[in-house]
Amino acid sequence: MSQQVLISAQDLKKYFPVKGFLGGKTKYLKAVDGVTLDIMKGETFGLVGESGCGKSTLGRTLIRMYDVTGGKLSYQGKDITNAKPSEMKEFRNKMQIIFQDPYSALNPFWNVEEILSEPLAQIGMGAGERKERIEYLLNKVGMKPDDMLKFPYEFSGGQRQRIGIARALSVNPEFVMCDEPIAALDVSIQAQVVNMLEDLQHEMGLTYLFAAHDLSMVRYISTRIGVMYLGNLVEVAKSDNLYDRPLHPYTQALLSAIPIADPRAAKTRKRIKLQGELPSPMDVPQGCRFAPRCPYATEQCKTQRPELRELESDHFVACHYAEKFAD
Amino acid sequence: MKKKNRRLENVLYELRHNKQAIFAATYLLVIILISIFIVFVNVDPDAIDVTNKLQGPSAAHWFGTDEMGRDYLARVLYGGRVSLLVGVLAMLTSIFLGVSIGMTAGYFGGLVDNILMRLVDIFSSIPWIIMVTVVGLLFKKGLFSIVIVIGLFSWMEIARLVRSEVLSSKEREYVQYAKFIGVNPFSIMIKHVLPAVFPTIITAATAIIASAIMTESSLSFLGLGVQQPMSSWGSLLQSSQQYLQKAPYMAILPGILIILTVYSFNKLGDVLRVFVEPKITAGEKSE
Repeated sequence: MSQQVLISAQDLKKYFPVKGFLGGKTKYLKAVDGVTLDIMKGETFGLVGESGCGKSTLGRTLIRMYDVTGGKLSYQGKDITNAKPSEMKEFRNKMQIIFQDPYSALNPFWNVEEILSEPLAQIGMGAGERKERIEYLLNKVGMKPDDMLKFPYEFSGGQRQRIGIARALSVNPEFVMCDEPIAALDVSIQAQVVNMLEDLQHEMGLTYLFAAHDLSMVRYISTRIGVMYLGNLVEVAKSDNLYDRPLHPYTQALLSAIPIADPRAAKTRKRIKLQGELPSPMDVPQGCRFAPRCPYATEQCKTQRPELRELESDHFVACHYAEKFAD
Repeated sequence: MKKKNRRLENVLYELRHNKQAIFAATYLLVIILISIFIVFVNVDPDAIDVTNKLQGPSAAHWFGTDEMGRDYLARVLYGGRVSLLVGVLAMLTSIFLGVSIGMTAGYFGGLVDNILMRLVDIFSSIPWIIMVTVVGLLFKKGLFSIVIVIGLFSWMEIARLVRSEVLSSKEREYVQYAKFIGVNPFSIMIKHVLPAVFPTIITAATAIIASAIMTESSLSFLGLGVQQPMSSWGSLLQSSQQYLQKAPYMAILPGILIILTVYSFNKLGDVLRVFVEPKITAGEKSE
């Protein structure tokens, strides 16, 4: 695999303004707060973390679905941090998104042909060509050309997700942000969809950002994995490396929550239970974001924010005491 | 391969199988045809015959006569011309204004939203009848000034309703996606947001037809609407109040026509929804 950087983010920030009551001081919800990340061409970058940690926001900011609040963002070396909509035009067919909820992702008033035509018409494809392309796409995702005239309510969740995938792939993108594409599906369908995504990746040379909270599924599909906590990456490593040698206490806690099929092994395993709740992203702790819930937190953790550093080759972690956990 | 246009197919199916829709369409067709062609029938709605005033239904006068002995059926049918025209045109004006302002405010938000919604507040804070009276005086008296006056002052409710619907529907992922791939805002509003707001608009629209018919009658009562001897359903209803005990039929006939008209528009609105919102048919077909 070529190690060419496709998307690069430096200290990327995305804040949402939250208006105070009666014109009070505007606060900011720091959904993504200083993420530094490189996504390589052809890889699948898994993004895990609990609900509300900013996975979706990060993904959507990376493809410039949202405006960037701060930091730098570039696509294949081109700076797109503050690109205007007109400048984003050339990237429209390079970056695409698959949504989590297949029900709200498709316009219920349109039939499949109309839905899939939208991005194609946007890149200026003629009507005849579009029809051919749509038939091809439906075939690709395992549906029949007859389905073209059906409306979304006539499909199951899995089928709708396939339509969503077909829509994302319609313009031959290079990068696809998969925003928890399997979270709303049945377990049996999840595997189908994930396998299909993998096949399509090999066939079309796609790069994925795969956000999910199903840890085993992420391990299965991802080349590298980033663990997010409260708007920031706390650990980034090769998929197997991360699962075998988690260095951040938060990652360790997350992994210890994966159920094991063998009851005997499960009994002997140390289960790390986290205390407390995820702090509000409007009121982020001063030091290490994880410090209030970390079992190993010290005074230093509460005052000084740890940076993401490369502890071992290709294994980044943001913790003052990561060396201790390495052994 | 199925037939080409499933939307049209759905609507035709609906028109063929929904008895209420068939009734509504037939009724409206009949009443509109009558309104158009009544002028060719040799009945004068304004012919006064004082010797026969306030008579009940008879062979000569199917629906009796009014307080000046005019044939009531003829008056009601002629009145339908005015009422239907006023109702539909005022509804269209008010829907057009309300929907475009509500959508713009809801979709763009921020400053645009603030300015437009304050405008709505200003319009709705002035007592309605005063505003209508003042503006009514500025215009030349006649049918179209009534339409404009009613249309101009009944769009605020719709603007508010539409705005709130737009606020929720613009957050849906398919709208976000369209924005993301760079579809222009105008076509997002028309193609994605409008269909989601459509049910609300149709319900509001049918209500406006009814209230426009009634508003027209109060305007006529104040001498700002249609002038005597011209009649409209609203003005007939208004004048029948004085004779409610002697001649109840005078209130019943225009009343029933107003109710049926509003009902029919409502039903046809539902059929129209089937076109925009394909899911509705699915439920009804499986019954």
